[in-house]
Amino acid sequence: MTGHYLVLSAILFTIGGIGVLIRRNAIVVFMCVELMLNATNLAFVSFARMHGSLDGQIIAFFVMVVAAAEVVVGLAIIMTIFRSRKSSSVDDANLLKY
Amino acid sequence: MTGVVAAGAHQTGESAIFWILAIVSVGAALGMILTRKAVHSALMLAAVMFSLAVLYAVNEAPFLAFVQVIVYTGAVLMLFLFVVMIIGVSSTDSLVETIKGQRVAAAIVGIGFAVLLFVGFGHATLPKTAGLKDANANGGNVMGLARLIFTKYVFAFEVTSALLITAALGAMVLAHRERLRPKPTQKQLSKERIKSDRVSPLPPPGTYARHNAVDMPALLPDGSISELSVSPVIARRRTGDHEDLHGASPEVVAHEGAKTVKAVIEKPVEVEEEEQ
Repeated sequence: MTGHYLVLSAILFTIGGIGVLIRRNAIVVFMCVELMLNATNLAFVSFARMHGSLDGQIIAFFVMVVAAAEVVVGLAIIMTIFRSRKSSSVDDANLLKY
Repeated sequence: MTGVVAAGAHQTGESAIFWILAIVSVGAALGMILTRKAVHSALMLAAVMFSLAVLYAVNEAPFLAFVQVIVYTGAVLMLFLFVVMIIGVSSTDSLVETIKGQRVAAAIVGIGFAVLLFVGFGHATLPKTAGLKDANANGGNVMGLARLIFTKYVFAFEVTSALLITAALGAMVLAHRERLRPKPTQKQLSKERIKSDRVSPLPPPGTYARHNAVDMPALLPDGSISELSVSPVIARRRTGDHEDLHGASPEVVAHEGAKTVKAVIEKPVEVEEEEQ
């Protein structure tokens, strides 16, 4: 059954990655990043079960903590950019491009 | 819960749950990247996260399943929805490609990446699932996790606390806006109001006798509609007058209201006559 979970996790990770590449709305891009983190968590949890040790679950737990911190800061950044540029499109934040 | 998810005991039940949730989560994930509105994306993500929580529970991780529901669907998605409500409603996702052929290229890259992962998993020889029966035996899953967090991973755990505090401070610093001008006093506000065209407050919406919906404009004494009474946000969203609320025109509604009143007044008279 572990293989099934790994394939599901790979599919979800890929969907998240495609979403990051094709979407413009910064919030939706962020949601796709969250989806990728969740997919890796699924792989960690199924590996933990396969190996019969809880270390994988611990790593998934830490990933969740880091994801929560990342969401807080990331959304604050998106809001700050929106306040100054009146847009949440990732195309409009291009001052560091050149 | 540990009885339900005991390793190998319910193999067929597990595969049924897996296939249902796999279809649901992949469909919701695809919906998330394909819907236009950010709110719909957030709801689709909630569906994915709930199904992943159930999959964690099936994978003998009840603690992580609950943390997933509480932290992700509870806190993180709420935060997402708050931000969407603040900025996302007015922001639109443009369909114009800034880089030509980006979508097609992204799809090809994604499919290539998926094929790469599948080939890797296909070649891997996975050992037989050991199950977490032994690891969860001494006091259950939560006790096992706590034992690891506070012994082997105690430094990582401490660093996590520092990270959380830093993140909270960072969010406060980023979201804080410096007040550049002093706050207007009541005196200034009232002076500005006297100087402006309208001194009195705006008329409230929905002052008809029969309806009090917020998108119903108020009726002025001469029978015309007061556009000022409806909030501009709601007026922008209104897609024409709906019959059940507005009627054909305010005059007809007023006429019908008068008819109703007349009928109510006349009814008791008829009853009295029958009694006589």
